[in-house]
Amino acid sequence: MVRMQDQAQYVLRTVEERGVRFVQLWFTDVLGRHKAFHVTPAELEDALDQGMTFDGSAIDGFSRTKESDVLARPDLTTFQLLPWYEEDAGVARVFCDIYNIDGSAFEGCPRQQLRRVLAGAREQGYTFFVAPEIEYFYFEDLDTTRVPRPIDQGSYFDLLPDDTASQLRRRTVLTLEEMGIGVEHAQHEDAPGQHEIDLRYTDALTMADTVMSVRHVVKELARQHGVAASFMPKPLAHVQGSGMHTHLSLWRDEANAFIGDGPYGLSEVATKFIAGLVHHAPEITAITNQWVNSYKRLVPGAEAPVDAEWARYDAAALVRVPSVKPGRVDSTRVEYRSPDPAANPYLAFAVILAAGLRGVSGNYELPPEGARTAPLPQSLAQAVDLMEHSELMHETLGEHQVEWFLRNKRAEWDAYRGQVTAFELERYLPLL
Amino acid sequence: MSIDVVLCVPSCEGPVRKAFDVTGVTPAVAATGRMNEITALEPADGFAGAVINAAVFPFTEAMNLCRQLRSRERGIGPIILLLDHYQLDDLTFREDLFDDFVVGPFDVSELATRLRHRLRRAGNESVAPRIEHGGLSMNLETYQASIAGRVMDLTYMEYELLRFLATNPHRVFTRETLLSRVWGYEYYGGARTVDVHVRRLRAKLGEEHAHLIQTVRSVGYKFGMNGDRTGD
Repeated sequence: MVRMQDQAQYVLRTVEERGVRFVQLWFTDVLGRHKAFHVTPAELEDALDQGMTFDGSAIDGFSRTKESDVLARPDLTTFQLLPWYEEDAGVARVFCDIYNIDGSAFEGCPRQQLRRVLAGAREQGYTFFVAPEIEYFYFEDLDTTRVPRPIDQGSYFDLLPDDTASQLRRRTVLTLEEMGIGVEHAQHEDAPGQHEIDLRYTDALTMADTVMSVRHVVKELARQHGVAASFMPKPLAHVQGSGMHTHLSLWRDEANAFIGDGPYGLSEVATKFIAGLVHHAPEITAITNQWVNSYKRLVPGAEAPVDAEWARYDAAALVRVPSVKPGRVDSTRVEYRSPDPAANPYLAFAVILAAGLRGVSGNYELPPEGARTAPLPQSLAQAVDLMEHSELMHETLGEHQVEWFLRNKRAEWDAYRGQVTAFELERYLPLL
Repeated sequence: MSIDVVLCVPSCEGPVRKAFDVTGVTPAVAATGRMNEITALEPADGFAGAVINAAVFPFTEAMNLCRQLRSRERGIGPIILLLDHYQLDDLTFREDLFDDFVVGPFDVSELATRLRHRLRRAGNESVAPRIEHGGLSMNLETYQASIAGRVMDLTYMEYELLRFLATNPHRVFTRETLLSRVWGYEYYGGARTVDVHVRRLRAKLGEEHAHLIQTVRSVGYKFGMNGDRTGD
């Protein structure tokens, strides 16, 4: 029987036994940025017991007009030693949920928002499993005054001599495995310096935590090797960007609810779920692709989706139905291909699930395969406008979050559109 | 696990009874301390320990009883003596006959804490302070696990699942059984949660040792390597 005291006991004892010097209390802001408190073992018991109070107004998306103090409460099931610290000077992490001082869930906490959407799915009898494929680049450094330099010149699936990038990717996978993060496979991607890590499916909350961990581990190990990793969606102009294709399945009564006699072995639940994704894709894109730069990836001819469409094979489709190996029907799933690895994984999984479930509960009809029902937004500005008028988004994320997000993203867009780019100078200065 | 039965001689009243109630341990009261009476009270899986009240029992008789219990072929578990203050000196050179003592007037929470503490330590010592299997070593007292000498950093649920599987090697458990025995309530991941945790454990065991947790197709999981059915 799982009891809070037992878990706390386990955590405190492990800290003692393993000589842990610091425990990092991890949490995530609305934009998906990784935040942490560092507590010493002496403070840990209090932190586990009562949580850590802090001034939320310092953190993006946490600010409110009245009360600004919030409480970070560790989720003890996520306590994990970080394998790259030295023995006897150990560092562990634990994810936190953010609460109001009165003990109610804080409306600006992405982790709790995902929990809420998952709980809604559970009421309908569904559990939601996800498996993302995370792409990123290794660069020599993060010098922003020039074009970033990839650390290798490989391409898709290239087997290169044992260079830094391959060593680094291998070490990263081993480190993730030590942390209990199952890696399906890892490979060199299409562009120079671009790599991909495919994760084994877990429930969506665990996976959102995992995505946060993966981003941290990839960057940390790159730093240790004297290079830099970036999850920026489109860091180089003429090669493909980094996506986070996400495989999705719904389970009901311990069975995959996507298996059925419909097209490609899909159930009605699956076809309605796909219909929901396709229908609501434009309005959820502000969350799955939340930066100005995200829209440089979603361009034609780059194997990235530009329209709301589903298909079996088309590599540029938004929703793909991967073929299932014989005897592996349990792996029946759909792949949602627009998200990028710089999204907030909690909110991204929440809105993807909400869109799909809306299709199920609303009995949406699946459009024909390959039919382009609507364009995806072409810029952050368009995406944000679509979000503003989306009843689904208001309902899923709550007024607090939507209002803050719109304000933040419009400011980002305004800062961007005032720029005069090299493209414009090159093209217009001599001519006009 | 069955409820612990602790031998209680010669009575179990007042604060002593309350301490048993608080601890959730069942007393088996033997009024005389004669071995045949005690044997008649003994449950099939033995006593978990003994509480002997030397304050209301002739002291030498109490010591004799301890000696007899100690020399029995079947163990008795920890022996806790209840004493009057003036009897403390008599314990000198008899330290081998008991594991702990409490001096009257008896405080319920002190008695309960000592009882729990002794039973817990004894349980770990006699059942398995460690689980050793195919390179896996789990110290149940410190919650630490290692594989082939390498320490594994486990989350609480991973530890609990591994402990459950490793204490029951070579037995096949369905996902539902594991979920109810290890998680103990309807966890929202459902039985797939078990798969996810098994994967995490296998990842942490490393490729060489991942096979310690075997998938039994369309049934569930079992722990242990084929061909070493030692712990069956």
